[in-house]
Amino acid sequence: MLNVKDLGTIVKNTWCPGCGNFGILSSVKQVIVDLELTREEIVAVTGIGCHGKFTDYVNVNGIHTIHGRVLPVATAIKLSNIDLTVIGFAGDGDAFNIGMGHFPHACRRNVDITYIVHNNQIYGLTTGQTSPTSMQGYKSKTTPRGNQDPPINPLALALTSNATFVARTFVGELKHMNMVLKEAINHRGFALIDVLQPCPSWNRINSYKYYMDRVYKLEESGHDAESFTDACEKAREWDDKIPIGIFYREDRPTYSDGMPTLKKGALVKQPVGDVDLKKLLGEYS
Amino acid sequence: MIVKCTGLIDDTVSVIIGGEAGQGVSRSGILLGKALMRAGFHCYGRIDYPSLIRGGHNFYQLRASAREVHCPSPRADILVALNKESVLLHIDDLNPEGGVIYDENVSFESGEVTRDDLTFYPIPFTNIVKEIGGPTIMRNTVALGSAAALIGLDMNLLKDIVSETFKGRDRIIEMNHEAIQRGWQKVIEFDYSFKCGVEAGERPERIWVTGNEAVALGAIQAGCKFFAAYPMTPASAALHYLIAHEEETGMVVLQPESEIAAICMTVGASFAGVRAMTATSGGGFALMIEGLSFSAMTETPIVTMLAQRPGPSTGLATYTAQADLFFAVFGGHGEFQRIVVAPGDMEECFHLTAEAFNLADRFQIPVIILTDKALIENHKTSATFDTSSYKIDRGKLVDSWESNEEYLRYKFTDDGVSPRAVLGTENAVVLVQSNEHTERGFVTSKPKATKEMMDKRFRKVPHIRDAVEQLEPVKVYGDEDPDVTLFGWGSTKGPVLEAIGMLSKKGVKTRFVQVRFMEPFPSGITQYLEGACVLFETNRSAGLGTLIKFNTGFEFQHVALKYDGRPFFADEIVDKVMEVWTC
Repeated sequence: MLNVKDLGTIVKNTWCPGCGNFGILSSVKQVIVDLELTREEIVAVTGIGCHGKFTDYVNVNGIHTIHGRVLPVATAIKLSNIDLTVIGFAGDGDAFNIGMGHFPHACRRNVDITYIVHNNQIYGLTTGQTSPTSMQGYKSKTTPRGNQDPPINPLALALTSNATFVARTFVGELKHMNMVLKEAINHRGFALIDVLQPCPSWNRINSYKYYMDRVYKLEESGHDAESFTDACEKAREWDDKIPIGIFYREDRPTYSDGMPTLKKGALVKQPVGDVDLKKLLGEYS
Repeated sequence: MIVKCTGLIDDTVSVIIGGEAGQGVSRSGILLGKALMRAGFHCYGRIDYPSLIRGGHNFYQLRASAREVHCPSPRADILVALNKESVLLHIDDLNPEGGVIYDENVSFESGEVTRDDLTFYPIPFTNIVKEIGGPTIMRNTVALGSAAALIGLDMNLLKDIVSETFKGRDRIIEMNHEAIQRGWQKVIEFDYSFKCGVEAGERPERIWVTGNEAVALGAIQAGCKFFAAYPMTPASAALHYLIAHEEETGMVVLQPESEIAAICMTVGASFAGVRAMTATSGGGFALMIEGLSFSAMTETPIVTMLAQRPGPSTGLATYTAQADLFFAVFGGHGEFQRIVVAPGDMEECFHLTAEAFNLADRFQIPVIILTDKALIENHKTSATFDTSSYKIDRGKLVDSWESNEEYLRYKFTDDGVSPRAVLGTENAVVLVQSNEHTERGFVTSKPKATKEMMDKRFRKVPHIRDAVEQLEPVKVYGDEDPDVTLFGWGSTKGPVLEAIGMLSKKGVKTRFVQVRFMEPFPSGITQYLEGACVLFETNRSAGLGTLIKFNTGFEFQHVALKYDGRPFFADEIVDKVMEVWTC
C-alpha cells in the first residue's frame, strides 16, 4: 500500500509560499492513499497555469496538456481505459476562459472523471491578470479601472449543464476537501470540484481570511444534495456567506454506459485486428 | 467475359443525373454506378452540390467503361433530368446525338432547347409514381429504370440493389421495383436508335467506394479504436461510416464539441494506448494546430486526415482544392517532424491510411493524411482491397515493465524513439509533458536538457525518411522514355492517368510522376525532373511546385493550375500537354 511519501517526486516545488495549491496537492495525495489506489491506475491531467506543475509533484501517471484542454484529453483517456481513475486539474482561466467550450459538454456527457478547478480568481503564472471568476470591481493589470464584468458562476453553470456531481471546497478546510474529493472520485460520472484557493502573490482580496470569515459547510446546514432546486439556490449564494460542500449529486448513466463497445470492458484491453474486413468490404461489392 | 462499352465519343459511357437538392440525385448516381459495376464495368462517380439542403442544383457525373476509368467526363451521352432546370443547365454538356430523359410534365418554351441533334425521352416520372402510390422522391427510381434501358443495363441489377438497400421493407422494395420496371418500359416503347450499348459479363471482384470510406476502412484495418471528429465537409462521411460500424469494429467513435476537442481527445486516447484518429477540413485543421504541436512535443502518435476544400476561410464548402499543402507540411508552432501522406485514389486511401498508423506508432509522431473533396467524396470502382498483407506495427509500445530501472517516458535512445508504456502498466508511471522536459517527463528549461531533448526527437528523422522511402513516396506511370513528364498529387492522379491514355493514342509519349509523401519530402524525385515537365495542381500557387523547388531547386516552366473548385478533367490535361509538346 502506498503512503503519502511514495507519492512525492524529486522535483523542487516552485509555488509561492502560502499558495493554495499546496493544500490541494496534500489533499490529493492523502485521498489516493485513503482510497488505496495505485500509482499506475491514476492519471492526473493538468492544464496550463500554476496548477499545471501538479504532474511534476505527484508520482502518478500524468499528462501536462495545453491551455484549456484538460477535459477533452481526460475524457478520451477514460473512454480508452475505463479501469483508470482520471482526475483533471485546471485553473479558473484554463477551465472557464480558454477551455470553456468543453465544460458544459463534459458536464452533460457525464464521463466518469473528476475535475478539480483551482479557483484563485486570478491569473497567477502570467503575473496577475483578471480571470473569468474575478469579482466585479476587481482591479488587476488588465482591469485597472476595476473588472466591469460579473464573474462566471462555475457551480450554477455546471448545474444547468446537467452535471451529476457539483461541489465546492476551500483549501483552508483540508478535512472538508479530503471528504469532497473522496466523494467526487467515488462518484460514477462527471464530478466538478470548485476549489477556493487564495493566491497570496496576486490576489490580495480573496485571501485565507476573506474565505475563513465567509465559508460555511452545507453538510452542517441541512442541505439536500438530491434537490436540484436547492442546489441552484445555494449556487447563487456568495458575498457575506459562501457555502462549501456537495451542492448536488445525481445517479445517471455515464457516457461509457451508452457505448456498446465499452460494455465489453476497457477499450485498450480489447482485441485488435479481428474485424471482419471482408464483410465490411462486401457492402460495396 | 465480354464487356463492351461504346460511348458516343469514346470507349466510355457518361451519364449526368441532375436535379434539385433533396431529389435523390446523389443516391441515384451511386445506385446506377453500383449496378454498372455489377454488370462488369469500371465506373467513376462525382457529385457536384452547393452547400445547402433543399432547392439548389445538384448533379452527379457517372462514367462507365470496360476499361478502368479514373475520372468523370464533363460531357455526357445521356442526361437524366429530374427537373426542367437540369435540362437547361446541362444541354450543352451533352455529346452530339446524346439523349435526354426528363419528366413529360415539363414543357419547353420555344428557343429554350437549343440543340436539334439530341433525342428527347419524355417519361411520366411524376405520374408513374402517383400510380404506384410512392413518395415523390421515387421519381428518381423511374428515371433510373429509363436510363438503364438506354444504356442497355440489365434492370434486374438495379432491382437487386434496391432490395438490398431497403431490406426488410417489402412495400418500399415492391414500389421501387415497379418504378424501375415502368421507367424501363417507357423507353423500350420509343423507337430510339441510341448508340450507347453495353453487354454484361461476369461479375468481377470490385468494390464501389468513396475515398472517405476507403480511409475509414484503412483505419479499421490498422486496428484504430478511437475516432473523434467534428462534422466538416468533405470529411464528415468518414465519421458517419465509423459511427455506423462502431459495434462491429469495436471502436469508440464520437462527435465532440469542436475540432480542438477532437484532436485533444485523439491525443488522450493514444496516450492511454489505443490507436486514435481524427478527420477534418482546412478550417477545422486550423483549430487543431495547437493540438498537433502538442502531439509532437508529447511524442504521442496520432493520425489526422486533412480533407482539403477551397479557402481561404469558409471558401467553397462542397468543392475541391489542393490548397492546404503548406498548412499540412509546415503548420504548427515550434520545430517538429511529422509525416504527410497524400493518397491519390481509393486503394491508396485504404493502404496509406493503414500505413499512417504504423508510421505514427513507430516514430511516435503526428501523421497527416492529406486528401481533398474530389478524392474522398467521389466514387470509383476498385479491385477489392487486399487486406491480407498488412501487419500492425506498434513500434516501441509496451504493456509491461519488468526492468529494475525506473520507467522513463522520454528515455534517450539511439534512434530517438523511447519505449512507450500503455497507461496502467504495472511498475511504469508515465508522465508526458507539453513543456520541454527531462527523460522522466518533468518540466525543464535548462539549456543543456532543452537541446538534448530536441536532438533526441530529431534523431528519429533519418529513420522516418528510411521508412517513408519503403512506401513508394514517388510513383511513376507511363512511358519510360517520355516526350513529356506530368507531375501531380492527390486527386489529380485520376484525370492525369486518364489523360495519359488519351495522349498515347495521339502519339505523345508521357509519364506521370505522382508524389505520395509530402513530408519528409521524397529524395527520389530529382531523377524525373528533366526534359519537358508539366505540373498539375488544383490551387492558385502551385504548392507542390514550390515544395519541389524548395527541396531540389528545380523550377517548373510549365504549370497548369485550376482553382475554380472543380477537379481537372482529362481534356484539360491533354490540351496543356499538347501545348507543351508542340512548343
